[in-house]
Amino acid sequence: MTMHSPLADSGKMLDLVVVGAGPAGMAAAARAAGAGLSVTVLDEGRAPGGQIWRGVSDAPAARAELLGPDYVAGGKVAAAFSQSGATYLREASVWSLFRAPGHFEVSVSVAGGSRVLLARHVLLATGAMERPFPIPGWTLPGVMTAGAAQIAMKSSGLVPAGRTALVGCGPLLYLLGMQLVNAGAPPVAMIDTSASGAMVRALRHLPGFLASPLLPRGLSLMVRLRRRVPIWRAGPELRIQGDSQATAVSWHGGQVAVDHVLLHQGVLPSLNLTIAAGCQIHWDARQRCFVPRLDDRGQSSVRGLYIAGDGGGIAGASAAGFAGQLAVEGILQDLGLGDARRLAAAQRCLKVARRGRAFLDVAFAPQHVLPADDETIVCRCEAITAADVRAAARLGVPGPNQLKTFLRCGMGPCQGRQCGLTVTELLAAEQRRSAGDVGYLRTRFPVKPLRLAELAGLPADRAAHVAVTGHPPKEGPQR
Amino acid sequence: MFDTAVIGGGLVGASVALGLARAGEKVLVLDGADLSPRASRANFALVWVQGKGLGAPDYALWSLRSAGAWPDFALRLQRDAGLDLSLSQRGGFSFALDEAELAALEREMKQIDRETNGRAAPWELLDGAEVRRRVPDVGRGVVGAVFSPADGHVNALRLLHALHRAINHWHVTYEASRPVTRIEPLASGFRLHGEWGTKAVPRIVIAAGTGSDRLAAQVGIDVPLKRSRGQVVVTEKCAPFFPYVSATLRQTDEGSVLIGDSDETDTDSIETRPDIASVMSARAMQVFPRLADLNVLRSWTGFRVKTRDGLPIYQQSADHPGAFAVLCHSGVTLAALHADVVARQIHEGALSGELAPFSTGRFDVQAPA
Amino acid sequence: MFKHLPEAEVETLHLVFDGAEITARRGASLAEALLAAGIARFREGPDGAPRGPYCLMGVCFECLVTVDGRDNRQACMIEVRDGMRVSSAKRPQA
Repeated sequence: MTMHSPLADSGKMLDLVVVGAGPAGMAAAARAAGAGLSVTVLDEGRAPGGQIWRGVSDAPAARAELLGPDYVAGGKVAAAFSQSGATYLREASVWSLFRAPGHFEVSVSVAGGSRVLLARHVLLATGAMERPFPIPGWTLPGVMTAGAAQIAMKSSGLVPAGRTALVGCGPLLYLLGMQLVNAGAPPVAMIDTSASGAMVRALRHLPGFLASPLLPRGLSLMVRLRRRVPIWRAGPELRIQGDSQATAVSWHGGQVAVDHVLLHQGVLPSLNLTIAAGCQIHWDARQRCFVPRLDDRGQSSVRGLYIAGDGGGIAGASAAGFAGQLAVEGILQDLGLGDARRLAAAQRCLKVARRGRAFLDVAFAPQHVLPADDETIVCRCEAITAADVRAAARLGVPGPNQLKTFLRCGMGPCQGRQCGLTVTELLAAEQRRSAGDVGYLRTRFPVKPLRLAELAGLPADRAAHVAVTGHPPKEGPQR
Repeated sequence: MFDTAVIGGGLVGASVALGLARAGEKVLVLDGADLSPRASRANFALVWVQGKGLGAPDYALWSLRSAGAWPDFALRLQRDAGLDLSLSQRGGFSFALDEAELAALEREMKQIDRETNGRAAPWELLDGAEVRRRVPDVGRGVVGAVFSPADGHVNALRLLHALHRAINHWHVTYEASRPVTRIEPLASGFRLHGEWGTKAVPRIVIAAGTGSDRLAAQVGIDVPLKRSRGQVVVTEKCAPFFPYVSATLRQTDEGSVLIGDSDETDTDSIETRPDIASVMSARAMQVFPRLADLNVLRSWTGFRVKTRDGLPIYQQSADHPGAFAVLCHSGVTLAALHADVVARQIHEGALSGELAPFSTGRFDVQAPA
Repeated sequence: MFKHLPEAEVETLHLVFDGAEITARRGASLAEALLAAGIARFREGPDGAPRGPYCLMGVCFECLVTVDGRDNRQACMIEVRDGMRVSSAKRPQA
């Protein structure tokens, strides 16, 4: 098979490229640099921290304090990373990851121009994103995710003014509620969508939760929140009202007038790059999402491609840090530089950090995964409704990729990030199949958009020209 | 219970199934899995005539005939399916980026004229200035083009959806995730086997694209295929700028721009190669410089259903006359005739006349030593 | 409408959105700056309905605006610059 060396930027082969500079990416890069590997971190953000510790390196002290001790702790990790010797490229968007024999070719867009990095190993630490929350009105201006509100706070010290309702369930929502209270912008309501009885069902996972650091923090958070914010239990027919902007949240038997709605029902592993790179995924019934198949060091089904952090399965920031370190221990093992003791230690720490996760998954299982109202928009990019998806399901489509062809769900710029899981769930429900059997969208490069001119600027060899035009490139100025 | 089972639910299988159902048959369609290779989801959506059938005048005329039948086919399908196909047949360009390309295009078109005794689609040779007069956004890098008014395109994704809605409307039984692995000829029909079970039917139509050869062999039909992979790059939607079509660049009715294509014979992988995407993008920008700032949203690859000579195969098994094979790489262009002439002949039990040039017998002709 | 926490002032920049002057703070993303200026509607969606930012982290593609003549830029992924000319996006006419 042809070696794709003409794509190479400078020809230099790195030991490791890390995609993402959140808890997992930073821990991994610091360990790798410390072990003497040549490592470059490609980060979409403007500074290290990922989403959870966004802006931590230059947050004013008062802002960091109201965001909480976990955020402040992230500052230390970011500082250690900055001093680690790893090369860091900010505002760098990875759009393609091509497997060549023995190495990877990572296409990255920086400042409007694309280049290709070569690396023997790649670690994807792309984290998580909010689970879609398809209820009527979720596409109205004024409706955002809980994560978005935290980003606005962390990045710019901004909080929503006016009447804000938090809708959904899960620890992140309760944390946000408390952060907004601390910031002097208390929500007017929290509309809790966790299932009644979920707490009881979760109790069989309680030992793990009790042994984890999550418990004391979580309980005190909820107690304090209840004192400051009215909490409603969401009934059926949950919807957001408004014509050109959100004006109220309503449900059967209740309504709250709002200026902002913040939605949250858990987070999902970010999978677009993972799938496009050829990694196998499988359905995790307890987390109710697809996760990549990983071995006990975090290597995916693609040899040399590791995944760490929430992108490998939701487990939170401290687990992400250990997973990042573990992946590098695995890579060092591959390179013959392994330290079995350190690898085993990383595995143990990761296991401890994951304790309590099962309890949270069951206690706060998302309840608005299947749009009840047929008029609900499922695919935001193309404005496809649940009715459209259900009709195609009844035609017997084999899965989300055929459905994408019929309806365009997944063809918009978000490449299925906001609709993919809803489509799978709708197909599974209508066709009475398991989500794992239905499968997920097969995302393709580029996983983030880039200008055509950027793509045209990549080098190409004679074989590529012949494949397109039938003849070699003309003599003349090299592109 | 069924009269015919069609193996394959893509553009070809669904078109034939529709024609059979309209003729009154009880039809079963057995389709593959969600991620089976499907040229029906990875094509350029062209209803294309110019340049087809070089050295094969029957094919040139077959394509032209289908393009002419497309408007009525579309009207009827739109009624059955309740979907608008956005058929547009305003004409197509083959852009040349240097004089050698233009000369080669002209030679081919003249050869086709000779071989068809002037019955092929009309065409014009245009210089760069004339191209830019008709399509003002075309760049200076284009030195000329061949234009034919017979060419067009359609929303091929909606075409596939429409065909599936239409076969549903005509009570065709459609079952997906039923890949057929073995065909067992019986005394009066065939038993189809897969991991999902078996099904016995009196007649079968093999329309399984690149998966047809090993199935057709089981009923004595030889389908010589060669590997041909193509890549396409798709941009975000933008305001309409190109009301015509070209074989490697088109703007869909949705507003997105499709840029193609390549012919790669050395790979089985579905991964798009950034370097090939780069060459295609550079050429596209020479044709339409305004494309430079458009965002590319995704790319994909497709394996063409390329027979040894590139022409369709319409073949009835000599050993098992109830078995037919229907395949081609122009499933969009030929859909109109597949749902009509081809389905009718299969329904009547014998392929003849106008389908004769596409029988597999042509592969048995010995090449001169 | 989003408001700033009471923090030390940073440099004020000036931008234009749909012809109207707005101010922004250095270091903010364009989406954050527009939200702080009280702008909730950034564009027209595929169905003509108004859309605004949803995720603020680059995965929803709702915050698309035209910046200095270039269409479909994700406002949450761009840092504000003094003098930026921004306009809301209409859907491309079919």
